[in-house]
Amino acid sequence: MSQNIKLNLLEFEKPLYELEQKLEEMRALSHEDTGSDLSKTLQALEERVDELRESIYKNLTRWQRVQIARHPDRPYTLDHIDALTEGFVELHGDRLFGEDPAIVGGFGTFKGSRYGGKDQTVLILGHQKGRDTKTRKFRRFGMPNPEGYRKALRLMKMAARFDIPVITLLDTTGAFPGLEAEERGQAEAIARNLFEMARLPVPIVVVIIGEGASGGALGIGVGDRILMLENAWYSVISPESCSSILWRSWDYKEEAARALKLTAPDLIPFGIVDQIIAEPIGGAHRDPETTFEAVGRAIVENLTPLLSVPTQELLDNRLAKFDAMGTFSEV
Amino acid sequence: MSWFKRTSAGIKTQRGQQNDVPEGQWVKCQGCSETITRRELERQLLVCPRCQYHFKMSPTGYFNLLFDGDYEVFDDNIISADPLQFTDQKPYKDRLEATRKKTGLQDAAKAAVGLVGGYPISVSAMDFTFIGGSMGSVVGEIVARSIKRAYENKIPALVITQSGGARMMEGALSLMQMAKTSAHLTRLSEAGLPFFVLLTNPTTGGVTASFAMLGDIHLAEPGALIGFAGPRVIRETMGQDLPDGFQTSEFLLQKGYIDRIVDRRNLKDELAHLLALLLSK
Repeated sequence: MSQNIKLNLLEFEKPLYELEQKLEEMRALSHEDTGSDLSKTLQALEERVDELRESIYKNLTRWQRVQIARHPDRPYTLDHIDALTEGFVELHGDRLFGEDPAIVGGFGTFKGSRYGGKDQTVLILGHQKGRDTKTRKFRRFGMPNPEGYRKALRLMKMAARFDIPVITLLDTTGAFPGLEAEERGQAEAIARNLFEMARLPVPIVVVIIGEGASGGALGIGVGDRILMLENAWYSVISPESCSSILWRSWDYKEEAARALKLTAPDLIPFGIVDQIIAEPIGGAHRDPETTFEAVGRAIVENLTPLLSVPTQELLDNRLAKFDAMGTFSEV
Repeated sequence: MSWFKRTSAGIKTQRGQQNDVPEGQWVKCQGCSETITRRELERQLLVCPRCQYHFKMSPTGYFNLLFDGDYEVFDDNIISADPLQFTDQKPYKDRLEATRKKTGLQDAAKAAVGLVGGYPISVSAMDFTFIGGSMGSVVGEIVARSIKRAYENKIPALVITQSGGARMMEGALSLMQMAKTSAHLTRLSEAGLPFFVLLTNPTTGGVTASFAMLGDIHLAEPGALIGFAGPRVIRETMGQDLPDGFQTSEFLLQKGYIDRIVDRRNLKDELAHLLALLLSK
């Protein structure tokens, strides 16, 4: 286990980590010629580690998944783009006001051939978080201003003009709640994207890779297929804000996470998410390469059939898909 | 379609049926603190005759003031199914039941079709008294169907917004109502049918970030709070006080997000005039 992961250990992972450390020590010991046979102890310990890992990660609570989705080592949008594409060219600016580094996007070759499909030029874009103090600030913690949504829309309309499919990656705690964002029409920018994405005449595959909070996530989240990483979360509000509003205290985030039913398995029955992309045990950050592989395969699987659907049918299906979202009774 | 005859029984509506006005003969204006008689206030369509403060009006109030005569109410039989079986300090189910009982409403939106200045129009309106006018599956469905009804009958649509945003107790389903309603608007737009929005106090969150900002023409009542993030959240983010009049109708007009601010007492005439201009070419 790398030093990096040790530093960013989640609370519920600590017992596992301690046991893993013990196992490592034992292994090191067994490599030295101590004269005693450690193989039996070693084997027993390995079994205990496996059991504990299984019991922790197969029974993750919703709040624990939220924590994994926020893990500082989790692959972000540019990591996915780097792994999934070749020759990616990032494009900047909304042509109206400015450039927003909280959303990145550009054209590249999706290496579908690596994942059982074909290579394909795509527009790929998503929310981008930073990894250290400086880049987090630069990326505004992945919380876009209106310019981010308008840049995304500009690129999507360009993709449509050149008949290039779109892949969007969602990872945000929400649109930036700032004074200037309001002045420049945060609400209008998001609304416009919902409208234009609903009728964009090229296939759109959406992947929720980390956090998907509120209109800030949905603002680039309308598409034909909605895929979601196993430990990502997607809801109308973050558990913390929900706690503060409904419980009038920040202390009920675990209860809020439970009540919001914000995990991928929760959202499948409602038709909000089409497919869950499995993560390596422990979360995407434990084995990014395996994660990218799974994402790549899921994109191939979902994008390929869309490429041959006639445009009008594609758009009719997209409308029907979102029209069907909602659960109510008629009395 | 039989828009002009009331089909379902029991839709007796009174002009100016309100929700923001305290009980009693006399009402203190929330804008200027003047005391007004209830009768006078209702005659003024719940607008303070002195300071122009707009008290909140219910969907039924708007239907009565806008439509030329009778109108047909739709989808007043849809209620929340509590899809998440959500519980915070109390179960959502109980909250719904208590609110339905207290307000006599099924949920936070109503839809109707009628004539405005002789032009048929499909209208949906939100009601802040029902869990802050929040949008869950029911509100999303009512608004979406109202837009769809306009599209299918080749008539314009109007949404009157009054909402704190998406309803937390329905989680991601509430969020998806933003996409659902916006998706329906694409067809209306492509069919060349006008979509009007009337923004009233307050309109925030996911409602502003979807159909409320997608109108061909955005009308707003004076002094309404309109925004995406709430003022408290922004204040916390900025760590400073917000400028006077921030996120009001007047502010949005100045920033370019509202076409016109309309006094409720002129609303019907203004809408009828716009309909005539756009439709009788």
